[in-house]
Amino acid sequence: MSGAAVLFDAPGPRARRLHRILTAVGVLLALALAWVILDRLIDREQLTAARWDWLLTGTAWTNYLLPGLFDTLRAAAIAIVLSMVLALGLAMARMSEVAPLRWAASIFVEFFRAVPVLIMMLFTFYFLSINQFTPSGLNPLIGVIVGLTAYNSAVLCEVIRNGVASLPSGQREAGLSIGLSPSQVRRSILVPQALTAMMPTLISQVVVITKDSALGYIILYPELVTSARRIGSAEGATLPAYVVVAAIFILVNYGLGKLAEFVESRQRRRNRSAGGVVQAGTATLGAGVVDGGQLMQDAAGRVHTNVGDAASEAAHRRREPRDD
Amino acid sequence: MIDLIEQAQLLPAFFLTIQLALWSAAFALILGTVIAILRLAPVGVLNALGASYVTLVRNTPLTLIVVACSLVLWGQLGIEPASRRLPDGSGNPDFISSLNFRLGVIGLSIYHAAFVCEAIRSGVNTIPLGQAEAARSIGLTFPQSLREVILPQAFRGAITPLGNVLIALVKNTTVVAAIGVFETAYRMRWIAEFRPADLMPGFALVALGFVILTLPLGLLVSHLSQRLAVKR
Repeated sequence: MSGAAVLFDAPGPRARRLHRILTAVGVLLALALAWVILDRLIDREQLTAARWDWLLTGTAWTNYLLPGLFDTLRAAAIAIVLSMVLALGLAMARMSEVAPLRWAASIFVEFFRAVPVLIMMLFTFYFLSINQFTPSGLNPLIGVIVGLTAYNSAVLCEVIRNGVASLPSGQREAGLSIGLSPSQVRRSILVPQALTAMMPTLISQVVVITKDSALGYIILYPELVTSARRIGSAEGATLPAYVVVAAIFILVNYGLGKLAEFVESRQRRRNRSAGGVVQAGTATLGAGVVDGGQLMQDAAGRVHTNVGDAASEAAHRRREPRDD
Repeated sequence: MIDLIEQAQLLPAFFLTIQLALWSAAFALILGTVIAILRLAPVGVLNALGASYVTLVRNTPLTLIVVACSLVLWGQLGIEPASRRLPDGSGNPDFISSLNFRLGVIGLSIYHAAFVCEAIRSGVNTIPLGQAEAARSIGLTFPQSLREVILPQAFRGAITPLGNVLIALVKNTTVVAAIGVFETAYRMRWIAEFRPADLMPGFALVALGFVILTLPLGLLVSHLSQRLAVKR
């Protein structure tokens, strides 16, 4: 449901006239904004062919952009796999009956959700560089991966836990009543259901990870933003380089976002997520957005946010049927 | 330990982090509200404007935005948000630091405005359609129904997501280390380079600082959202 349906009546003749005027104003505003930007760009000679022709030569792509894209995706891919594995372990530990295990996992999760990803990356990078545990060429990559994994595994752990918590209690009770132990119930009944339902959230988290891998710029990891800077100085094309790199990021992440929507709608059709399983709609991101800033959004354009507390979680769940 | 805090200037660094967060939060809130209004308006063109802003910005890394603010906005387009001269005509000794600080605030605000917009929209989305219909059916005019029924509920519904954006913003201020603002991430790098033996305690202090900054914020947000939650 779009906000507009709540906020506005179906327009009558006067409102329609007003809307037409607003449309005109909107178009004019957009044109004025475009004009101001274009004027500045032309004034600063940013739109000359000399600044953009590197795009058409293969070398800029083979030397900078494609390797940069490859390195960005490589770090993101390794980080998402590691975070997922670690998150599974953390979630199991956080739901375990063994208290010390639970505490340790809780401290890990709360700590790495609070520490900025960049701080963790810097620490890992310099720690490895100072102690020379690893070949120095690998330090930036390891720094990026450790930083991304520490943070995202904590977030995903909370996603799994929320998913398990939102399963109908009958699932757990049925498992216990056929004689499974609590940990068996979690392993073979609860977590698998939560995992299937969290696929869309997981894909959205890949967007967060891809974006955050750009932090590697600061620890000299040769990802796309670094490519942009290099092209900028090599070709004298700073602005075009950043525009192109931004476009690449937007394309990749927009595609991933669409993929998440597709997976989610397919799950809805198959009705896999029936019965209050983490419908990606209610799937809540741990401290939400603790994530480097990304709010998860699902197909209907709703925002998933941290719903650690029961009250707003219930509000989200109640909101669900209305939205569809 | 005390010696490290002083030498690495961690306290001024955290003060700078807080300043960055407050300024960016204020600007992001303003810009984000404007974009949310565009997205919620019953006019197609305005919707499209707001939606394209959110799509473009949300899919771009913050690092790219912040670095581009410094190298493109200032370096290429010559937009200089700080003045080189003081009002009395003498050179401004803080020119570079205030320039970088303000460019950082611009980048952080542009980025987080997209998330503020989505937070506000999700607040509006928590309102059941029946509320608006009820308001109309008892004869409230459009402004009355907004003032008395819709907006109070929308703000309460937006508290949790807005709070989460604020927490993320506090942590994301570290990214402006990329353009030479002397905040915590920058100081952390200083420790690693000039006092490598103290890397561990330095990291512990910086991490502790962020826990101290974000933990109370998180508690406050969940407390507020529970107290103000609209009982339905």
